Amino acid sequence: MDFIYILLKKIIWKYAGLREKISPGWIQKNSSRIREWELMAYAYSRSPIGVLGGLIVFVTFILAVIGPMISWEPYWEYKIIINESYRYMPPCLPPSCTGSPLLGTDEWGRDIIAMSLYGIRISFVISIVVVVLGAPLGIILGLIAGYKGGVVDEAIMRITDIFLAFPGLVLAIAFASVLPQRIRGALESNSILRAFFAGLFGLREAEYAQIAALLSIWLAMVLVWWPGYARIVRGSVLSIREMPFIEAAKLSGLSTWSILFRHVLPNVISPVLVMMTFDIATATLFAASLSFLGLGPQEPVPELGFLISKAGYYFPERSSHVVAFLGIILLVMALGWNLLGDALRDILDPRTRRAIEYRMEKEKKK
Amino acid sequence: MSENILLEVKDLKKHFRVRGSLTKKVRAVDGVNFYIKRGETLGFVGESGCGKTTLGRLVLKLIEPTSGKIFFEGKDITKAKGRELKEYWRNAQMVFQDPHTSLNPKMTIASILLEPIRFYKIDVGDEEEFLAKQMELVGLGREHLYRYPHELSGGQKQRVAILRAIITRPKFIVLDEPTSALDVSVQAQILELLKDLQRKFSLTYMFISHDISVVKYMSNRMAVMYLGKIVELGPSDPLFENPLHPYTKFLLAAVPIPDPKIARSREKILIKGEPPSPINPPPGCRFHPRCPFAMDKCRREEPPLIEVERDRFVACWLYASK
Amino acid sequence: MEGKLELPEGVVLKVEDLVVKFYTYSGVVHAVSKVSFYVKEGETVALVGETGCGKSVTTRALTRLIESPGRIEEGRVLFRRRNGEVVDLLKVDFETLRQIRGNEIAYIFQDPTSALDPLYTIGFHIHETIEAHVGKIPKKETLRRGIELLRQVLIPSPEVRVKNYPHEMSGGMRQRSVIAISLSNNPRLLIADEPTTNLDVTVQAQILDLLEKLQEQYKMGMILITHNLGIVAEVADRVYVMYAGKIVEEGKTEQIFYNPQHPYTKLLLRAVPDPTKKIEKLESIPGVIPSLINPPPGCRFTDRCPYAMDKCRREEPPLIEVEPGHKATCWLLVKRG
Repeated sequence: MDFIYILLKKIIWKYAGLREKISPGWIQKNSSRIREWELMAYAYSRSPIGVLGGLIVFVTFILAVIGPMISWEPYWEYKIIINESYRYMPPCLPPSCTGSPLLGTDEWGRDIIAMSLYGIRISFVISIVVVVLGAPLGIILGLIAGYKGGVVDEAIMRITDIFLAFPGLVLAIAFASVLPQRIRGALESNSILRAFFAGLFGLREAEYAQIAALLSIWLAMVLVWWPGYARIVRGSVLSIREMPFIEAAKLSGLSTWSILFRHVLPNVISPVLVMMTFDIATATLFAASLSFLGLGPQEPVPELGFLISKAGYYFPERSSHVVAFLGIILLVMALGWNLLGDALRDILDPRTRRAIEYRMEKEKKK
Repeated sequence: MSENILLEVKDLKKHFRVRGSLTKKVRAVDGVNFYIKRGETLGFVGESGCGKTTLGRLVLKLIEPTSGKIFFEGKDITKAKGRELKEYWRNAQMVFQDPHTSLNPKMTIASILLEPIRFYKIDVGDEEEFLAKQMELVGLGREHLYRYPHELSGGQKQRVAILRAIITRPKFIVLDEPTSALDVSVQAQILELLKDLQRKFSLTYMFISHDISVVKYMSNRMAVMYLGKIVELGPSDPLFENPLHPYTKFLLAAVPIPDPKIARSREKILIKGEPPSPINPPPGCRFHPRCPFAMDKCRREEPPLIEVERDRFVACWLYASK
Repeated sequence: MEGKLELPEGVVLKVEDLVVKFYTYSGVVHAVSKVSFYVKEGETVALVGETGCGKSVTTRALTRLIESPGRIEEGRVLFRRRNGEVVDLLKVDFETLRQIRGNEIAYIFQDPTSALDPLYTIGFHIHETIEAHVGKIPKKETLRRGIELLRQVLIPSPEVRVKNYPHEMSGGMRQRSVIAISLSNNPRLLIADEPTTNLDVTVQAQILDLLEKLQEQYKMGMILITHNLGIVAEVADRVYVMYAGKIVEEGKTEQIFYNPQHPYTKLLLRAVPDPTKKIEKLESIPGVIPSLINPPPGCRFTDRCPYAMDKCRREEPPLIEVEPGHKATCWLLVKRG
């Protein structure tokens, strides 16, 4: 895995070079930090699981970005209108079979490989955004609760408990029944918003009704996602705020906010980062299950969970290939994030730190 | 009030609420009076739970006192908030016990040191040049500036912590067990550094430690605390040679002396039992249950801290009549 | 066992050329290098040194309490058992070793809290220790013995305390209980590893006084590990000064304190403030302890030594006897002699 280390090192030094250009002396001042990064890069490159996870995530990312563009079949064209026999065509693997789609077609006669390219984009965007929006909310609330303590802590944590106790599924159902109409109205009247979200999900603007459905499960997920972060951050803050360096920062005149963001946050962020990585996997699956239950977008949007649920009617005789293929895609996407999170946890763990440092030095000598 | 006095504390109290109880309180500091003169070192000794660490934090207003008054340079800062408090902290700083936890592990030494400079907008010219010069003051070099705390040894970290405390050129520093986490040979280095800096910048120290030998070496005067109160206060040498309060006598007799002849020839007096809990301190003199000289009066009334000789204060009924 | 092992009269433990290494990812740590010492019956021997000098590892190695990645590489630990038989603790079978541990050799560690299981009473701890060595015994009997032991370590109302759980006691009380437990089998050798470091001075004085009295009563040898020279001056008969995994000086307490020979001992003694004397300036030892991974070939104190010569860097100094019973390893002494 040496090339990964070399690659990452190159990226680090490119970045350092850039900073050096902006403000001369940056590299010298941050030599310790660069060393730290190199160490992380080294630790990562030595973890086969992490490299595999990173690779999967990277491939998913690329597919998500270019998928809708390279997809060779528009999802809004139903082949079964031309010919009913296109419905759930079985896989057609060369050399025994040529001419029809490689892995068969779905309910509406569309090539499922082409459809999965759209689906990956949707799943990827939803899972990332849910975690990226949900986590900061939780982190900020957790920081305030842990640092301020007393009544503020009680209030924030009780609200957190309420959200934690609230089943995400139920909330999503409630949202799915109320919100889509409202959001649809907003999208209808605002063309910029419409274009933005359509672009984000790789769908046509005409599907704004389905986009509204997607956004509603999205909102439901953000709303139930932050409490976990609030809890974990609060717990770490409680131990960090008793550290003398916090008192020292106070004595240096810093305000509460500076202390929170400069001194507390950097010391509690590692477990949060690991948790976020794991959570992206969970969110991918959760979003898919919501649409599997019919709470998300409807046809023609090729959302993975929705396609699987449709295939369920003909399962297993005619549609097992659809369930298997799309299921495996979801599984691999989630697995990639989980593997990456696992490696990240080891890299950020200060206990394994010195061992890695010594191994790296030893290898350098060789 | 004399011009000579930098800090004065009057009847300072801090009661912590006990978790899960409405009425129980820990009387961590319970009515403490003292003053510190400019340029001197006042040492505080006592056993765990006597309130010396709480006292240090109270004086710096890191925790709010329950009652009492704190004067700094004649100004009442007990109620200071916001800008006034920050101004006080520019002049009053602290060095903590454990250098491993008093420096933020995620920040380089330079950024740790720059924090107070930037906050107080002190004009230092070129920051790097300034910091390099400052590092020399505590025996470190420019090469340490951009390292992280975990790349330094315990002694070096404590040097950085000391530098952070003096970088705004304060007048007063609370030293809370600054060498307890260090080895003997490093302890000596740090103590000498502190003495050196005191001379150089005419600093005033409040030196808190459980190690009586170290306090005696560092301080001009020392105060002995027991269960949230000062029981004896006076110039270090006479206090050590001729302790007045019965508790002080026991405490000093227990100090191990690194000289076998003296250690073995001196009279061994052992105190009975262990300190009672500060939640429910005994009435009257707090030491009376363990005191061999306890009288009736000790059980009823609390002895005040009175001056029995020049500069020597003691809170004991044995000396009150004189 | 090959040949009959012998110990001089009155010596309870003799360690010869003990070597302990730790095989870590970063390299081989030479934690203890050729350490030799002995303890007589009824004698208190202090092992003094700073953090990381190997004093704790040494005493743990005596009964093979070294865990992986540590390994005892060389040396002999001769111990005279209660029945007069002399054994090499590094060679005896595990069952014999188990019988000796906690029975003939007892340990007191620095932190009394972690030495006690929070789920069991003090009485049960004593019961367990006794039972481990004499076999099944009724609880009533050990309870009586427990109360007696607690009384000996001056715990007030032992009848009540014997039924207490560790968390119901103060730090000093817990350390007394640990002492009581370690004494429950009348050990011949007591190893006290920083027994008072976490305690207040007045409690420390009580515990040290107690240890001295018990030692007299039981005629046991005691190895006291400490970094506090004050404690050494108070209680030790003989002192071994350790630095970076080696013993650099040994002698009677008075010899070490009034006539130190090794530069490290000299500097260390002047680094400690003596409250009974007027001190102008404390001596501070520059530099830090060298890494014990690939330690320098010569004297390990060379880099911090104000008298270091070329020879110190190259060759290891021999152990020179300066006066009867007082030895040090330093090239300065060779030159003079």
